Formats: sequence, structure tokens, C-alpha cells
Amino acid sequence: MPNLVEASGLVKRYREVTALDGLDLAVAEGSVLGLLGPNGAGKTTAVSILATLLEPDAGSARVAGVDVVASPREVRRRIGLSGQFAAVDEHLTGFENLIMVGRLYHLGRRRARDRAGELLELFDLTEAGGRPVKTYSGGMRRRLDLAGALVASPPVLFLDEPTTGLDPQGRRQLWEVIRAMVGGGTTVLLTTQYLEEADQLADRILVIDHGRAIAEGTADELKSRIGAERIEVTVADGAALEPARDALARFAVGEQLADVRSRTLITPIVGGAPVLAAALHELEQAHIAVRDVGLRRPTLDDVFLTLTGHVSAPEENHYE
Amino acid sequence: MSEYGGSATRPALPADAQSPGRALCYAVSDGAVIAWRNVIKIKRVPDVLVFVLISPIMFVLLFAFVFGNSINIPGGSYREFLIAGIFAQTVVFGATFTGAGLAEDIQKGIINRFRALPMSRSALLVGRTVSDVVYNALSLLIMALTGLVVGWGISSSVLDAVAGFALLLAFAYAFSWVMAYVGLLVPSVEVINNASFMVTMPLTFVANTFVPAENLPPVLRTFALWNPVSAVTQATRELFGNIPPGTAPPEAWPLQHPVLYTLLWAVLLVAVFAPLAVHRYRTSGRRS
Repeated sequence: MPNLVEASGLVKRYREVTALDGLDLAVAEGSVLGLLGPNGAGKTTAVSILATLLEPDAGSARVAGVDVVASPREVRRRIGLSGQFAAVDEHLTGFENLIMVGRLYHLGRRRARDRAGELLELFDLTEAGGRPVKTYSGGMRRRLDLAGALVASPPVLFLDEPTTGLDPQGRRQLWEVIRAMVGGGTTVLLTTQYLEEADQLADRILVIDHGRAIAEGTADELKSRIGAERIEVTVADGAALEPARDALARFAVGEQLADVRSRTLITPIVGGAPVLAAALHELEQAHIAVRDVGLRRPTLDDVFLTLTGHVSAPEENHYE
Repeated sequence: MSEYGGSATRPALPADAQSPGRALCYAVSDGAVIAWRNVIKIKRVPDVLVFVLISPIMFVLLFAFVFGNSINIPGGSYREFLIAGIFAQTVVFGATFTGAGLAEDIQKGIINRFRALPMSRSALLVGRTVSDVVYNALSLLIMALTGLVVGWGISSSVLDAVAGFALLLAFAYAFSWVMAYVGLLVPSVEVINNASFMVTMPLTFVANTFVPAENLPPVLRTFALWNPVSAVTQATRELFGNIPPGTAPPEAWPLQHPVLYTLLWAVLLVAVFAPLAVHRYRTSGRRS
């Protein structure tokens, strides 16, 4: 499969901040690349350059075979963009929004109307289609925004944090829709700060931080890079975290991580259940009261933490 | 699930848009789509129109009844004199609306949607300025009706009257390009509403709009005589037949040829600010 999105050495600087610092990426036709990183990692800047909203200071990129700097207009005919802030017109109805986008893709009056009707039905918005968008819920707006990106059935889709701000149900709904699109052969570049989202939707994941790629692979590959299993212990008393760390140190095959707020200690291990049993015995010997304990496979959160030294999203745990 | 638009069902891309004829075609049709969108908003949010209109109506009433009795117009009535000035002020203030509309599109992020579409680069601005002519025409209509109520009238031919309104709208269109550019520079709708005041207040008050320019102190007088808003006002007064017989002809060249001078300004404003605004639209990416 050829790469439908390809970028090499992308650099973008704003006055004192370097948003992109030599980013390379590639998305094979018909696949989904998840661009994963914390706020300010450069995800939106990368998408903005690929979608021709920004010009890079250095580096080059091709989308659907077309150079984004040399022929931005040709690129625009081949892409759909759905942004972080649902970019739909509040005063227009859902139907009118989609007709407007269709006409601006030069589909023609008739085709724009037909396509708007199709998409409303597909996104379960037919009933709401005649109402101004300002009466829509957050999830409905997101679906309409996504529908707008699909009006011209573009071969390449850029989804910039498509589910940020949605409730879990809305997020799951949108995931369904995106999966169906990908099933239809569309190539997708998706940015997210939700590790679960990348895990759910992306074929490959590119982790970026400070404008640079720091790891790439499938979710499984990334997880296996940081060890197969880990013991997670939640102690009853926060003061017991350090003793617990010491007690389990001899089982650790990598760095142990303690989160003070959730009173949780994570210890990477090899050996599975027998090691867990031994570890529990050790804690008992040290008279540490345990509230919860488990053996689990690493999540992308753990991957991210290990790779970048900080957690993925500010509202999540604060490990130290 | 190919209904979402997989490669198998994807229609062929439309023909290339590079030829100048096609490009012009798209500039017009894309601009029309944007204008259509803006006009829908006038229907959906009529309160905006109400607010746009309330202030000129208040100006008419304020000047006609509060200041009117203290300002002497030789050989004529102040209310006859006043309305053309209010017309000119209304269309200049109305241009702020153009800037505010664009600032709102930026603030809401919809401008990024437009910038990622294969539409003409001038369409958002052309559509906006064209749809704002509709706003200006509506506000002139309301102004004229208010004027009739307070004792203003047109005493020229129908043709001259139509020419007067057309000239006002032409100047309004040109001036809205100035505010379109400003709207793309500022960070929010609030800023443009305040910033535009610094331009529109002196332009509309240091002029012959509310008092005869001849009565102003020397420096302001020179500004007023060459101020395009004075020329629009003078031209409108002439075309509506609102200049009392026996009034001495103006001394300054712009006011001797107010229609020509107004049109020159209109051409100049579009020639300078349309390219500036389009350039700004093309290059202003989001900054996060």
C-alpha cells in the first residue's frame, strides 16, 4: 500500500516556541494513524500543515500524492478536516451547513443537496437536520462536523481530537462512525490525547512530544516495549507507599512508579501469577495494609508515561 | 460500509480549477454561497438587525429634537440638512458589522473549515461584503422612513434619488473592505466593536454630517472638507435636493465634485484593502 500521507522533517516555530521540530510521519492507504501526545506536543500544528492551513518553516509533506506547499488547492480537493472545535455554523440548520460545504467543494447544487441528505441520515441527524445547529448537543455538533468533512468523500481525512469534550457515550458513538468510515477505505490521520482512543481506532500509533516523534508502532508493540506485565498495588495509607516500593523492589524489572494521590504503586515484572503471590507475601511480611492489588498488562498510559516522563492528560493521575 | 465514501465508490474529482475563467467562475459562485449563508443569518437572528438600526434612529431623533434647534442652517431646515449626514454615518458604522462577522468566524473556528476547502480564496470576504450591502440597504430604508417622519423629504427626480442611494451603497461597500481587513487582524468580536469606533467616530463627526464644515476651527475644517464622508454627505444632499436655494457653492474641490470624489475614494479603498484582506485571510493560520 502506498502512503497517502507523508511528511518529512516538518518544522514550525512560533516566536519563542518550537511547535514542530523535525517531524516525520507516514500513513499507508486505507489505514489509521493515531497521533498521540499531550497538549502542546504539536499535534494540531502537524494537522494544520497537512491540511494546508499553515505553511511549514522547513520540511515537506505530500497528501494523496500532492505537495501541500506547492499545490494547496489540489490538496484541499482531496481531504476532509474535522477540527477540535466543531466548526459548524450555529445559525444555519444541519442541512444548510452540509449544503454549504458541498457547494464550496463544487459538487453542484443538486449533488450538494443529495449528499447532505445522505450524510444526515448516516449520522442519525435527519430529524434534527431542519433545526439551527445552536439547538444541537455537543455530540450532535461533532457528528455534523464530521459529516462536513465527508461531504466530498475525500480519500484522506484529518480528525483533530474528534472526541475532546464529549461524554463517554458520545465518544463511543463517534468511534463507531469513524470505524465504519475506515471500513470504507478512507485513510485517516487522527490526533488524540486519549490513549484509549488511539488504542481503539488506530492501526499504528505515533507518539509525539515537544514537536518530535518519540515512538511508533502498533498499540501492542508499544505496550510490549515497556515490559509485559505489572503489579498494581493500592495501599490503605499513603505513608505506606515508600515501604511498599522497597518491599517490591526486588521483583521490579523496570522503574517503579508511585502515584501519591491514588496511593498506587506500579511495579513492572516478569513471571505472572506466581510473582504476584510472592509479592503479596512480601507486603504482608512488611505489614503493609493493601486495599487493592492486581496483575495487569500495560496500557498506553503506561507507555506514554515511560516514553515521555509525564502523563498523557493533565486531569489524570500524577505519578512521580 | 462504503457509503461513508471509500475509494471504491468515490466519484472522480471534478475538473481542474486552474484556468482563469474557471477561477473567476468559482470566485463568483463561492462568494454567492457565502453571501447566501450570511443572509440566512439576518433572517435567523433579526435582533442583530434591530440593534444595527436602533442607534441611527436614535441619532436622528437626538439631533433633530435636541441639537436641531441650536444649529442654524442658512435658508433651510436642520432636519433637511441632517438626514443625509445620518445616512452617511449609518453606512460607515454599518461597515463595523462586516469586520465583526469575520472576527466571529475566526473566533468560532469556522474559518479553518473554509480555509481547508477548495473554495476561492476571496469568497469568504466577497460573500461577506456583498451580504452586508443587504444590511446597509435595509438600514437605509429604515433611516429614510424615520427621516420622513421627522420632516425630511426628497425634492429631486426619482433618478437622482436612486443615484443618491446607489452612491451611499457603493461607498458602504468600499468602506466595508476596510473593516473586513481590520476584522481579520483583531482577536475577537469585542475588540473590533471598540477599535472600529476610533475610526468611525472622527470620520463621521469631523465632517459636514451634523454641522456645516465651514463652522469648524481651521485644522478640523481642512480635515472635514477633504473627508470622504463629507463628500458622500454633500453628494447625497445634492441628489436628494436637500440643499436650500441660495446656498453659497462649496469652496473645496472635493465638495464641488462630491460624486466623483466619493467614487474615487470607493475605488481607492477597494484597491488597497481588498488585496490586503485577501492576503491576510490566506496567511492567517491558527496559532495553536
